[in-house]
Amino acid sequence: MSSYSITEPSDRQKWIAGTLVVVYALITMMPLVWIFLTGFKSPADAISYPPKVLFDPTLEGYVNLFTTRTRQTQEFLAANPPQTWADEIVRQYDMVIAGPSKFGERFLNSVIIGFGSTFLSIFLGTLAAYAFSRFKIPLADDLLFFILSTRMMPPIAVAIPIFLMYRNLGLSDTHLGMILLYTAVNISLAVWLLKGFIDEIPREYEEAALIDGYTRFQAFVKVVLPQAATGIASTAIFCLIFAWNEYAFAVLLTSGTAQTAPPFIPTIIGVGGLDWPAIAAAATIFLLPVMIFTILLRKHLLRGITFGAVRK
Amino acid sequence: MAEIVINNLRKEFGDFTAVQSSSFKIEDGEFFMLLGPSGCGKTTTLRMIAGLELPTSGEIYIDGEEVGRRPASERDIAFVFQMFALYPHMNVRRNISYPLVSQGMPRAEVRAKVAEVARILGIEGILDRPVGGLSGGDRQRVALGRAIVRSPKAFMMDEPLGALDAEFREHMAEELRALHDRMGATTVYVTHDQLEAMQMGDKIVVMNHGVIEQFGRPQDIYDKPATMFVADFIGSPSMNFLKFHGSVEAGATSVRMGDHAFGIPEMREPFDGDMVFGVRPEHIHLSDAGDFRGEVLAAEYLGTTQIVTVKTAGGRIKARVGSDRRVRMGDHVGIGFDAARVTLFDSQSGRALRSDLNEGVLAHG
Repeated sequence: MSSYSITEPSDRQKWIAGTLVVVYALITMMPLVWIFLTGFKSPADAISYPPKVLFDPTLEGYVNLFTTRTRQTQEFLAANPPQTWADEIVRQYDMVIAGPSKFGERFLNSVIIGFGSTFLSIFLGTLAAYAFSRFKIPLADDLLFFILSTRMMPPIAVAIPIFLMYRNLGLSDTHLGMILLYTAVNISLAVWLLKGFIDEIPREYEEAALIDGYTRFQAFVKVVLPQAATGIASTAIFCLIFAWNEYAFAVLLTSGTAQTAPPFIPTIIGVGGLDWPAIAAAATIFLLPVMIFTILLRKHLLRGITFGAVRK
Repeated sequence: MAEIVINNLRKEFGDFTAVQSSSFKIEDGEFFMLLGPSGCGKTTTLRMIAGLELPTSGEIYIDGEEVGRRPASERDIAFVFQMFALYPHMNVRRNISYPLVSQGMPRAEVRAKVAEVARILGIEGILDRPVGGLSGGDRQRVALGRAIVRSPKAFMMDEPLGALDAEFREHMAEELRALHDRMGATTVYVTHDQLEAMQMGDKIVVMNHGVIEQFGRPQDIYDKPATMFVADFIGSPSMNFLKFHGSVEAGATSVRMGDHAFGIPEMREPFDGDMVFGVRPEHIHLSDAGDFRGEVLAAEYLGTTQIVTVKTAGGRIKARVGSDRRVRMGDHVGIGFDAARVTLFDSQSGRALRSDLNEGVLAHG
């Protein structure tokens, strides 16, 4: 009496698989954990050897990240007692907080440009994918190939023409310019991925809605979009990750008003030696939005909502 | 409640012609079957009536109005899909109420309507369940509920029983027919199952390769097939065909096939050339006497009847005879045909020759 099944793993197999997953997770998470911890170290602890796993946590890195500081004379320091906990931290180096750093602005730029281009890519991509999936479009295959071909070289290969174009169009160092640029890069991915997802949605759903008295656009919004949620969510994550992490174009095309966080973070290095805790703090904060976005959309990534509604 | 008239309807997909110039009329309240093998154009015809496909040419009249170019949403018809196409992100109640919501019906009225439909279909208990976990039969009922809730002018059904298990199909077919009789609405039903068509339909259109082969009542189509295709497609086992070369005169009541003469219904047209002698298995009787003889090859027992395969000079013949008759393989038996039920076909075109039997049917078909 053995109920052996090739689809049901044995306890031993489960145990091995579980161990592998845990070990893999530990290895991949190690750098992240280290960056997270470094953000709370003092500069001395951050570069000590052997590396410190246990240390006195301090918010110095975060204070340094968000502020600009100046060194002051003892008299000045004595005359102006520290006002806040942040003041106290910088006083140990005989410094005072002169004002906020540009990190907040840069981070906000990243949010505007990253999410703006993701939204635009998904919006245009979904409409285009729906059209390619459902309508007879002349030369549809050629158009799709053309759309994909924009991905066949590294985007940075066209950096010079884009740089010149942007300068003439007045798009250099603007939010709109960066949103358009990242959208242009992402849209081919979005169209192709979403077309695949929409192809999977049976036409009968829309046809049922058309018969039920809805227009094609209403059918698209009320029936197709909810069905495509899984695909839209995963495509959005890919688009956001690209736009969020993009470095080369950001360095080239932005310097002030529209500069995103990636080109800004390395500039922290130059201020008074290598401020590793501040860099680590910047990296930690920089990771958060993508993480939160992914966790929020996780439900859609994992749920197969069309399951069982159409009998195949 | 509507009468549907199809006039010279044609649909091409690129080089492929799915429907060639179809014309027929569906009376108000009729249960109308579009029957044919897959790829014959029956579903395309249905989708054109529903407005899911634009005709290449021709007209569609619903209640006297030409609707061929109107969007589906303006035709006031309901469609039941083979795969049900229930909205997967909504529960049963929302699925059924969805067509009413599009009309802007007040909420209380929607609730009342849905409750009424649920009662008719016996699905009150599952209204708040998601559609994902429902059984095939329940999904079918929900799909029907979504169709009838709006009291549309007509129902279009695309093989609605095709996705159900065989045993359940029978039951659902009865339910469907009862529902139709209760609502009295015109129903257009697509199927490839000839038994389903005969069992449920008031009228049947038989299609093949985009062409209407025959249009009429199930009895007429079965007894008086207009073409060899119809004779072959309908009935199980299908009609026996004996090919021969010969000639008949108008007014003849018998035809010579080889050395034998066989009685036929009085012919209304003469013919000379390659012909096919068509006779249904149940119109063949076996006897010990008779000079047209054959050798029994097999006998399939079916309860009250049996199908006996006999090898004759003109080819193999299947006869349906009472199971009380004892036949053994290798027996030589005499074969007789019920002369009044025989159809002669032009072998080349497959067209039935006009006779006393089928004249009335072929004239308007």
